[in-house]
Amino acid sequence: MAHFGMDPFSAGPLWHNGPAPCGIYNFPGRPTEAAGGFIERSKQPITTGTSVMAFKFDNGVEKGVAIAADTLGSYGSLARFRDCRRLFKVNNQIILGAGGDYADFQYVQSMIDQKNIDDECLDDGFSMKPKAIYTWLTNVMYNRRSKMDPFWNNFVVAGIQDGEPYLGSVDKLGTAYEDNIIGTGLGMQLGVPLIREAFEKKPLMSRSEAQQLLVHTMEVLFYRDARSFPKYQIGIVTADGVTISDPLYLDNQKWGFALYVSLSLKPEIMCF
Amino acid sequence: MAVVETYAGYGPIQAQRFSPYADNGGSIVAIAGEDFAVIGSDTRLTVGYAINTREQNKLFRLSDKTVLGSCGCWCDVLTLTRVLNARMMMYNHEHQKVMGTQAVAQLLSTMLYYKRFFPYYVSNILAGLDENGKGAVYHYDPVGHYERNYYYAGGASSALLQPFLDNQVGLKNMENVTKEIISLEKAVAVVKDAFISAAEREIHTGDAIMINIIDKNGIREEKFALRKD
Repeated sequence: MAHFGMDPFSAGPLWHNGPAPCGIYNFPGRPTEAAGGFIERSKQPITTGTSVMAFKFDNGVEKGVAIAADTLGSYGSLARFRDCRRLFKVNNQIILGAGGDYADFQYVQSMIDQKNIDDECLDDGFSMKPKAIYTWLTNVMYNRRSKMDPFWNNFVVAGIQDGEPYLGSVDKLGTAYEDNIIGTGLGMQLGVPLIREAFEKKPLMSRSEAQQLLVHTMEVLFYRDARSFPKYQIGIVTADGVTISDPLYLDNQKWGFALYVSLSLKPEIMCF
Repeated sequence: MAVVETYAGYGPIQAQRFSPYADNGGSIVAIAGEDFAVIGSDTRLTVGYAINTREQNKLFRLSDKTVLGSCGCWCDVLTLTRVLNARMMMYNHEHQKVMGTQAVAQLLSTMLYYKRFFPYYVSNILAGLDENGKGAVYHYDPVGHYERNYYYAGGASSALLQPFLDNQVGLKNMENVTKEIISLEKAVAVVKDAFISAAEREIHTGDAIMINIIDKNGIREEKFALRKD
């Protein structure tokens, strides 16, 4: 990144030894190419998690955000780790959901833990709001992608911002957006349309209805996502705080339609 | 593509090469009149064939006289606009005045060229009023080439939108027309029609358009629905 140093046409650094306004900041202590020698970069995710689903709900009485992710850590196509919990309680008003590389997620988790400790040390009674985590994550992810050394994750930030439900998504490039319904991975293709259809029929949803809808969505995702798992967690954020369930199991799976398909594959029916 | 580690019992897997860029679609149209400027953008944010959100505003109010429309690689758009806002704030504190449209236009070019060898992968169109209160539209390429114009289209549907503007605003390829400067009503109607047509044929453009109308009274915002499929 030598190019992004000082040149006579550019603005000066924002602080002493800091970056120019357009430049990329190298945090002290991290290896850089300029320091000499090689640096390692992650070229692909290793142990991965699949979709995260989340949406806001509000029926006038209860409002908040519901979020879910299964607990599988895949190793390529191998279902390697069966209890990788991907919903992270950041504080009393935020849940962070993560898909993609599990090691990168744990590293980001430890960074957020340290931010929480720093926050606590200020002893001013304030803690991070969802939008703060969302913006911070966007910058962290963009910074790493600009060094061609990304955190290979999709993050979903669910929370309560000043009493109102908040939902945002950040990916490994730093692409960030807010919406009422967010799904990552296959959840964007399969889960979001299901949830949107349910909202078209019933726009005002209670907490328990939201939970039911999420269970149904996770069930459908399990049927079609080859990297999914029937064990999952549901997290709900309301103004009263954060709850993340212990792992739930998808009982009542309906494989009847598969039987139906295999029956209709009888040769005489096939000849149409 | 590099072949990496062979999994036990399975064939070699192909490494996904990391690309720092994504194409998140989106289109922008801007038209300048005598004492106003109109800029519109769609609100669809895509990645590949998937829609991230249908409600992403791509117009950034930089001042009471200047609006930037920006689309392409969304993470670059976010970063570029954030830094641009910071630079305008620095200018404001240093000179005790709001940056004019022409100055913003030059600053944006400089900022884009600063990243000449790792560019922001972004289509920018800047619309506003110049120092004489006349409508101005500036358009950019990703590495900082820029030009002032009366109308311009950028982004995913630029190849569909620009010929339409050439005909309806530039009055090109027509015989026996009297060239006159476009009215505000006509400009807004043309922006809407342009996007309706683009949304018919280009899947990365759709859902709705946000229109900002900039004149001496300030900025007015208008939303207009497009097809959502």
